[in-house]
Amino acid sequence: MEFFAGIDIGASTTKAVIINTKGEVIGYSVTDSGADFELAANQTFGQACEQAGCALDDCIVASTGYGRNNVPFASFAKTEISCHAEGSFHNFPRAHILIDIGGQDSKIIKIDNDGKRINFRMNRKCAAGTGAFLEEIANRLKIRLDELNGLAEKAQDNVQISSYCTVFAATEILSRIREGSGVPEIIKGIFTSVIKRVLEMDSMEGDLAVSGGVVAHNPFLVKMFEEKTGKKIFVPPLPQLTGALGAALYARKAKEV
Amino acid sequence: MSADKKVTFKKIKATGQMRKIMADYFYDLDGAVKDETQKVAWCTSVGPAELLLSLGFKVYYPENHAAMLGATRQATNYIPVANAIGYSPDICSYLTSDIGAYLKKETPLSRAYEGIEGIPKPDVLVFNTNQCRDVQDWLAWYSREWNIPLMGVSTFRNIGEISDEVLAGIVQQLKDLVPKLEKISGNKFDIDKFRETMAASKECTELWEKVLETNMASPAPMSFFDATIHMGPAVVLRGSQTAIDYYELLLKEMEERLADGVGAVEDEKFRLYWEGMPIWGKLRDMSELFIGLNTAVIASTYCNSWIFKAFDPADPFLSTARAYTEIFIVRDEEYKEKYIEDVVRNFKLDGILFHDSKTCPTNSNNRYGMPERLEKRLNIPSLTINGDLNDLRCYSEEQAKTQIEAFIEQLEAM
Repeated sequence: MEFFAGIDIGASTTKAVIINTKGEVIGYSVTDSGADFELAANQTFGQACEQAGCALDDCIVASTGYGRNNVPFASFAKTEISCHAEGSFHNFPRAHILIDIGGQDSKIIKIDNDGKRINFRMNRKCAAGTGAFLEEIANRLKIRLDELNGLAEKAQDNVQISSYCTVFAATEILSRIREGSGVPEIIKGIFTSVIKRVLEMDSMEGDLAVSGGVVAHNPFLVKMFEEKTGKKIFVPPLPQLTGALGAALYARKAKEV
Repeated sequence: MSADKKVTFKKIKATGQMRKIMADYFYDLDGAVKDETQKVAWCTSVGPAELLLSLGFKVYYPENHAAMLGATRQATNYIPVANAIGYSPDICSYLTSDIGAYLKKETPLSRAYEGIEGIPKPDVLVFNTNQCRDVQDWLAWYSREWNIPLMGVSTFRNIGEISDEVLAGIVQQLKDLVPKLEKISGNKFDIDKFRETMAASKECTELWEKVLETNMASPAPMSFFDATIHMGPAVVLRGSQTAIDYYELLLKEMEERLADGVGAVEDEKFRLYWEGMPIWGKLRDMSELFIGLNTAVIASTYCNSWIFKAFDPADPFLSTARAYTEIFIVRDEEYKEKYIEDVVRNFKLDGILFHDSKTCPTNSNNRYGMPERLEKRLNIPSLTINGDLNDLRCYSEEQAKTQIEAFIEQLEAM
């Protein structure tokens, strides 16, 4: 076997990454997780294999994410916390804090100089600071998710959204609309809200990296993050695939053992 | 590592005896309610039970009943009923589930024990606010509902050193209860009976402590999840010979496990502290999750809370005051941190789990920076899980499982 695959079944999307023995990404894919995790794993892995020019028999497969135990062809499963740390350290081999903003959860993972995890935090049982918050607000405003980044970039001002609760935030937005705020300013406001919710999860001393679907689709949010923290923030080449990459790296480690 | 592998759950043989003595206890209480000459007192779980027992009361502990509502996963059927009469979903879910169950005229007692139709209606309600204010509000509701006298002890909270003045105040409050309780019970207070009951309680809780201390060994013979069930007699039967006999039996079994090298968790790799309330409706799931992760959760503040070292039959009032004030929940942050530090060192623990119990702030010690301080102080990691003692709507199983598995992966990589 010359290839190593990581499959990350997240709450919103399923990601697959295939790497070679050098740890280079040679195939990847992202699909919606839907209601059938096993189907999503098969489809995503199949697409990544096609791109990499390999088949299941050529690969050691590791799974991660909420659906990590729904991948029958995986040799083993690891949590997304460990896999994100592994993937992020591969991209940024130094002590840093990874901020992953996913569809339904956000994670802060502290990694030391040797790539070991020191600590981690996940958001509490609430959509605040996650992709689900952006999805809900976009839905209320009848805006497609892929329009958010462009709209936020156009904003002249930043509308303050104070509420933690997604439902309360939506009500607050209605008030801002009544007061005459523009949609771009509101979108920038909800980006700020996500950043604030994430920053209050843990102390952020040292280098920062970001990953996850929200980051992948909204580069402007990263720019705002940099402005807010006053730090240069590392963004991996495939931000949404950090966990899947980490799983693939664990698969490679398993072969070494 | 997968937590979903098949696990071997090692049953404690003494469980059968525990079920029997608990059944006898509830039938005895039920009999007392039907017998006009026999008086029943409700008492908060760390309240002045020995005083009540010495006055001849049969003593019922509503927290034990509420834990049953949680463990049988019935609590969320009842909490909304109490919410609807003005008791917030953010306050103690023991209180809300218990009052809700009463309003729906349902109890797990009648399901578990044939012939028992309801909770035992008391002649007096006695609290100690050492745990929280909610216990007082809880009993106050029943006091209004049944027009039954409510009395108790108000304890200072968040204290470090326990001063003589604090104890003197509590002793006075306890003594003030006596004439009122004498009148209700129809019995004259007898200090020798008080001493006798206290001696029995002391013996019971010392045996319970010995049971818990068997977990200093590796592998540890008893999980926290088992201990939360087996501490039942220490809560409701302390002061009786029955409880002493039970803990002698349980201790013998745990010592046998030690001699045979039998651990609660097969191939024990990690040892953890559980800080905070149990998640009653998830005991079995949690137990299996940790067995699957070869991780023994074996020390806790919760189970240690029914060890009353200060009991001294020579001075029963003062030592009641001291025993029920020196418990962890009453104390300041520095005391609590030192307490956990000692347990972590004595039990050779690898990490601490904090349960942030949504409706139980006084038992959620993660909220004022303690995990961060202890991580530095002890150089071990901690994890905080969000949940609740009884309200399972506040608990996300998938998120908790992922966090726990990730925490164990972190320990493996250290």
